[in-house]
Amino acid sequence: MDIYSILFWVLSVIAVGSALGVIFSRNPVNSVMFLILTFFAISGHYILMNAQFLAIVNIIVYAGAIMVLFLFVIMLMNLNADVEPQKGQLVQLAGVISGGVLFLVVLAAIKSAKGEVIDTHSTDIGLIANLGRVLFTKYVLPFEISSVLFLSAMIGAVVIGKKEPVHEGVKDEQHN
Amino acid sequence: MPVNSSHYLFLSLLLFSIGIMGTLMRRNAIIIFMCIELMLNAVNLLLVSFSKQYGDADAQLFVFFIMVVAAAEVAVGLAIIVMMYRKVHSVDINILNRLKH
Repeated sequence: MDIYSILFWVLSVIAVGSALGVIFSRNPVNSVMFLILTFFAISGHYILMNAQFLAIVNIIVYAGAIMVLFLFVIMLMNLNADVEPQKGQLVQLAGVISGGVLFLVVLAAIKSAKGEVIDTHSTDIGLIANLGRVLFTKYVLPFEISSVLFLSAMIGAVVIGKKEPVHEGVKDEQHN
Repeated sequence: MPVNSSHYLFLSLLLFSIGIMGTLMRRNAIIIFMCIELMLNAVNLLLVSFSKQYGDADAQLFVFFIMVVAAAEVAVGLAIIVMMYRKVHSVDINILNRLKH
């Protein structure tokens, strides 16, 4: 058993265990912490597969920005207690069964896929020089379109989050 | 046992199924949103493993674009959740079934 396999299994156990922690922990803050742990394990997998740039971006964007946003919203709403009403036992069981059935069906479909042994030698396709070259030649149009997407998401978030002015009619109804 | 490319298939399938289970089981809108992020990351992991298997950088750029879209999605989605909390003082998705009527 070489070092690659040992690291693969350790990171996989961490990723799956903390993903289960996300969906089973009662406190939303604990869920966020488990999800951050999952993202770190997935970043470890990226480093194993010579995708160093994506590993760093995954930590910066997901663990650094998105999860902080989640934590910020949870703290803002004061949800860090386990006050969430639970779904019925039957509905939870149905959720687990349907997820498990999906797992089994896709597992049966991909079981016959011929696996190739992963080449553990390092390559330079995941380095930022190579990725940047491909991004700015082959994928320059999607790159520019994603800037428009970001702009519209920013405007959308501001518009949704804006406080609505109280309508006159509503005010009158409240007085009456 | 050397690591096979189908090991990565099974791992990302497992993470994706856990995300599906969480989406169906929980009632807290924020937890459901986090499970969607988990599913996106499972797909990212699979794309990177294909990139490693075929020695091609295109899949890694697709992961990069998925991250871009996920960041935009989180900004809008959390704005919607905050707005919903401001209206009904809860993030329970069962309250949202009044959209049906």
